[in-house]
Amino acid sequence: MDFIFSLQLLLQATLRMATPLVLAGIGETFSERAGVINIGLEGYMLIGAFAAYTTVFYTDNLFLAILAAVLVTVLFGIAFAYFTITVKANQIIAGAVLNIIGLGISGYLYRILFAQTLKASAVRTFQQIPIPLLKDIPLLGPTLFDQNILVYSTYLLVPLAAIILYKTSLGLVLRATGEHPHAVESLGIRVIHIRYGAVIFAAMLAGIGGAYLSIAYANQFVENMTAGRGFIALAMVAFGQWNPIYVWLAGLLFGSTFGLQLRLQAGQTAIPYQFLQILPYVVTFIALIISHGRSMQPKAMGIPFEKEGN
Amino acid sequence: MPAKKRNSSFFTFINLFPQILQQTLILPALALVLALLISAVLLMITGYDPLTSYSSMWEGVFGSVRVFTEVLLKSTPLILVGTGIAVAFRCGVWNIGGEGQFYAGAVLATWVGVHLSGLPPVLTIAAVFAAGVLGGGFWAVIPGWLKVKLKVNEVVSTIMLNYIMIGLTSFLVTGPMQEAKKLFPQTDEIVQAARLPNILPPTRLNIGFLVAVVTAIIIAIILFRTPLGYAIRTVGQNPETARYAGMKVNQSIIIAMLLSGGAAGLAGAIEVSGLTWRMFATISPGYGFDGIAVALLASNNPLGTILSGFLFGALRASSELMQMNAKIPSVLFKVIQGLTIAFVIAFSLLSRKTADEREAEKSEALTASEI
Repeated sequence: MDFIFSLQLLLQATLRMATPLVLAGIGETFSERAGVINIGLEGYMLIGAFAAYTTVFYTDNLFLAILAAVLVTVLFGIAFAYFTITVKANQIIAGAVLNIIGLGISGYLYRILFAQTLKASAVRTFQQIPIPLLKDIPLLGPTLFDQNILVYSTYLLVPLAAIILYKTSLGLVLRATGEHPHAVESLGIRVIHIRYGAVIFAAMLAGIGGAYLSIAYANQFVENMTAGRGFIALAMVAFGQWNPIYVWLAGLLFGSTFGLQLRLQAGQTAIPYQFLQILPYVVTFIALIISHGRSMQPKAMGIPFEKEGN
Repeated sequence: MPAKKRNSSFFTFINLFPQILQQTLILPALALVLALLISAVLLMITGYDPLTSYSSMWEGVFGSVRVFTEVLLKSTPLILVGTGIAVAFRCGVWNIGGEGQFYAGAVLATWVGVHLSGLPPVLTIAAVFAAGVLGGGFWAVIPGWLKVKLKVNEVVSTIMLNYIMIGLTSFLVTGPMQEAKKLFPQTDEIVQAARLPNILPPTRLNIGFLVAVVTAIIIAIILFRTPLGYAIRTVGQNPETARYAGMKVNQSIIIAMLLSGGAAGLAGAIEVSGLTWRMFATISPGYGFDGIAVALLASNNPLGTILSGFLFGALRASSELMQMNAKIPSVLFKVIQGLTIAFVIAFSLLSRKTADEREAEKSEALTASEI
C-alpha cells in the first residue's frame, strides 16, 4: 500500500513535470519538421512564464494569462521567423539571441514590477479538476485524471499532432518542407509560409509551456525559472525522432527524472542531492548518445530556403 | 520603394570601408548604439532617465582607476571564453558549453593549486594553467568526439554537459574537495605560489588579463596563419570541400573543440588563481554564455574578442554598479547584449546582400558591354 502510494505520487509528479516539456517539444517538432531548428525555446518559455504571471497578478484571470503568454511569445516567434526565414540568419545564432533576450527582458521587467517594489506574491493557479469515475481507477486514475486543464490539454495535443503530421495533407506538406523544400515550392506551395506557420505554432506552445511553469506548476515567477527545460525539450525532439508520440514518451521519461528527484529529495536518501539535480541532464545526455545513428532528422533542417534560379 | 532605396544606399556607404573594418568595428559599433537606444526607450518606459543611467554606466567603466581595473578583471574570462567559442564556431561546431568548460578548468586548476607545493611560482602557475586547459579541453572534446563518431548534436550535448559539470562542482565543493574546516561549501585556498602576481596594487588587477590578450592573439595566429587554422576554417565553411581537399575533417573538429574548451578552462584557472583563490559552486555568473555573445559580436575573430570581451565585461561590471547606485536591475545588460547581437546579424546579412547586389550589377554591366 505504501509502495503503491509512493508510486502514485511519483507518476503524478512525472506527468506534472512532463507537461511543459511536452508542450514545448511538440511545437519544436513541427518547427524542425518544417526545417527550422530553434534553440531559443528557453527564451520563449521565460517570456511566456513572465507574461502569464503578470497577467494573473493584475487581472486574476487565468484564461487571459494564457492568452497573454501566447500573444507575447508569438510576437517573439514572428521576429525569430523574420530573422531565420526572411533574412536567412543562422538559426542557431538567432536562437541563442532569443535566449539572451528572453532571459534579460523577463528578468528586468520582473525586478522592476515586482521584486524591487516587494509586490511579488503568490497568484491564483490552475487547479486540479478530477474527472468523476475515471479518477477512481487505481493508480492510473489519480495519475491521469486528477490533473489541471493544461495537463489534460496534452492528452489531446499529442494524438492530434500525430494525426496532423501523418494523416493530413498539411502534415505531408510540412514534412516535405523540412526534407525537400524545392519539391514543395514546385507544387506551388510557398515554403516560406509553411515555415512561418510552424515557427509561430512552436512559439505559441512554448509560451503556454512557460505559462504552465509560473501559473500551474508554481504560483509565481522566478528569474530563469525554466532551468534548462527549453533545452531538454530540444533534446526530446531528437530523442523522439521528430515523431509527436515518441517526443511525448521522451517527455514522460524526462518528467519522471524531475519527479524522481523531487520524491527522493523529499525522502531520506544517502545520495548527494546534486546527483539528483543533474539526473534529468544526465539522462538527456545518455539518451542523445543512445538515439544516435538512426536519426530521422529532417534533411533541410537548419538550412535557409533559397529559391532556385535566384 | 524609397525606404529600400535609402537602406541600400546606406549600406553602399558602409561598403566603402574595407571589409575587415566593417566587420570588426563599424557595424558592431552601430549595433551597440542601436541596442543602447532601444534599451533607453525601455529605461524610459520603466521610469528611469536613460541619460543619468548611461552616464552612471560610463562612470562605472571609466570613473576611476579602480572601476576600470574591475572592468578588465570582468573582461578577462569573457575574452578567453569568447576566443574559444569563436574557434569552435569557425569550425562549424556549435559549442554552447563554455560554462561547463569554464567550471571543468576551474575545478582541475583548483585541485592542482591546492595540492602542488614546493615548486617555484612560475612552475606552479604554469601547472595550474595547464590543469585549467586540460580540464576545459577534456570537457569540450567529449561532445566533439560524440559529434564526429556518433553524429550526436553538439548543441544539446554541450548544454547538458554544462548542467552536469555545474552539478558535479557543487557536489565536489561540499564533498571530496571541501575545505578542511568543513564549514562552507568551498575548497581550501590554493598555495601562495599558485596565485597570480598583481600588476597594479592596490587594485585587484593581475597578469590574468595580459594572459587572456596574449592567448587571443596566439589563437588568432593559429586560426589565420597556420595549416591547422586553415583546415579548421575550411571545415566550418564546407566540410565536403575540406574532405575533398584531403583535410582531416574529424581531426580538425576535435582539435577545434580542444582549443575552444582549453581557452574556457584557462579562463576558469585564471579566475581561481587570480581572484578567488578557491573554488565554490557559483564561481561563474554566466561567463560561458556571455562568451557566445562575445564571439558573435567579434564575427568569430579571436582578435575581435579582445574588444568585444572588454565591451561586454564593461557592460556587466557597470550594470552591477548601476544597480547599486541607481537601483536599475543589472539584468538590463542581457537585453543590451541580445539586441546588439541581433543588430550585428541583421547588418551582416543586409550588407552581404548589398554586396551581392553590387556584384550582380557589375556582372550585368559586363554582359551588357560584351553584347
